[in-house]
Amino acid sequence: MDTNLKKEIIMDHYLNPKNKITTDDSRYVKVNTNNESCIDNLNFYVLFNGDLIEDIKFDGEACAISTSSSSIMITNMIGKTIAEAEEYINNFEAMINEEKYNSDILNEANAYDDIYKQNNRKNCALLPYKGIKKAIAEYRK
Amino acid sequence: MNREDFPMLKQDIIYLDNSATTLKPDCVLNKMAEYYKEYGANAHRGDYDISYKVDLEYENVRDLVRDLINAKSKEEVVFTSGTTESLNMIVNGFFESLLEAGDEIILSTSEHASNILPWFRIARNNGCIIKYVNLDDNYYVTLENLKKVITPNTKVISLAHITNVIGDVRPIKEIAKFAHENNIFVVVDGAQSVPHMKVDVQDLDIDFLAFSAHKMLGPTGVGVLYGKKELLEHLEPTILGGGMNESFDNENAVILKSLPTRLEAGTPNIAGVIGFGAAIKYMNQIGYDRIIDRERYLRNYLIEKLVRIPHIDIINLESDSGIVAFNVNGIFSQDVAYYLNKYNVCVRAGNHCAKILKNAVGVTNSIRVSISFYNTESEIDDLVELLKNKDKIMKEML
Repeated sequence: MDTNLKKEIIMDHYLNPKNKITTDDSRYVKVNTNNESCIDNLNFYVLFNGDLIEDIKFDGEACAISTSSSSIMITNMIGKTIAEAEEYINNFEAMINEEKYNSDILNEANAYDDIYKQNNRKNCALLPYKGIKKAIAEYRK
Repeated sequence: MNREDFPMLKQDIIYLDNSATTLKPDCVLNKMAEYYKEYGANAHRGDYDISYKVDLEYENVRDLVRDLINAKSKEEVVFTSGTTESLNMIVNGFFESLLEAGDEIILSTSEHASNILPWFRIARNNGCIIKYVNLDDNYYVTLENLKKVITPNTKVISLAHITNVIGDVRPIKEIAKFAHENNIFVVVDGAQSVPHMKVDVQDLDIDFLAFSAHKMLGPTGVGVLYGKKELLEHLEPTILGGGMNESFDNENAVILKSLPTRLEAGTPNIAGVIGFGAAIKYMNQIGYDRIIDRERYLRNYLIEKLVRIPHIDIINLESDSGIVAFNVNGIFSQDVAYYLNKYNVCVRAGNHCAKILKNAVGVTNSIRVSISFYNTESEIDDLVELLKNKDKIMKEML
């Protein structure tokens, strides 16, 4: 993916994040996630329906990378089964950690494929995935 | 000024995070190397020449610190690992056994975590009540506001002398006078004040003071706990071990050494303390007044330029220190810090360990520029130039 296009995708999701809105609907599983090394602090609200992820919302304060990564993740993940979501998460994490991954299923999340060059921002990109994993674990409980 | 003394400044960086830690001059680094290379024995042994030399050097720094803060005697100067450890020792060693259920502890919302969390625990364990003095419109602590939260149950007031986000100097002398008239102890977190102003513990008449060497050109891992001798006598060592006991025949017959050794268990950070001594001497040579003048001048220089940029929101327009906290309107502080980092400008983004301040200021996070005397006008010009164009920040922050 071209560098300018990557920047465009990230900025677009940062400035117009999908579903960045709070909810007090008790059907949603609510989790908080933050980075120990920086000041990102986000809440994720996930609506499960059986095996399906029906909706995700988020709110809180975070940098451009964390916010856009949350927005892209949400865009990609709504409507997936938990198993599909987990496959997507594994691939995203593998990409960030410079391991082998399948770029076909990541769509716009491929915009972070060279974030490893800025080591201190890897955790920003991963933050929403930390959140969704927590929510899945909570739901399974 | 004095830039040539700082090896870090030979790198291509603009270092504006001096409230986190300052850079170290050669004289400090050389002094520490001298200890390891020329008389690297343990302290308080004294059975052979180089070991005796260690004691001389180590205790000489205690004299320097005593003079620096004008303590009555060197017994009132305890070396610790830093402000955090000093504050924990004060809370856990002195106040833990003193405070009872219903006793009130006064703090402010702009305290650093190390002057909040130890008190939280003691409040939980002993059933004490934490109260916060209201900040005024400039987020300052005033004696007037402090008086409003004092009750007959108030036992201790613990405040930073200068806060690490706003940078205001608290009226500690007036506070201590009022507190003592009402039998209230006064603890002062001097982490940001001792490096930037003359702190005289007798003149202020404070009971305890904590500060760190690394924020005043010294090495990391060294700090000071000052306490009035009659109070330190009642401070239970929170760490026990070698060097601080005189004898121990059995569990009921442990005799501790006198002050301050009793409070310095284990082999101390000898190289660090000796390096700290070199830092104090260096600062004395330059002169505190010159350091303060220079830092305030540079702060005003920066403020005058920042106020002219419409998309910059300055949080602490007024301040007595070298700290400027601000935000670029509409951009998350950490993104601005990352952007500046691309130009080798080192600033801090975040809540600066003052997590409950946000309720008072209404801003969770900010960029903090903290200036030292070795910074220059041209460094500040470069910073301002980088901040002038918001589109450029937006474009390059990723």
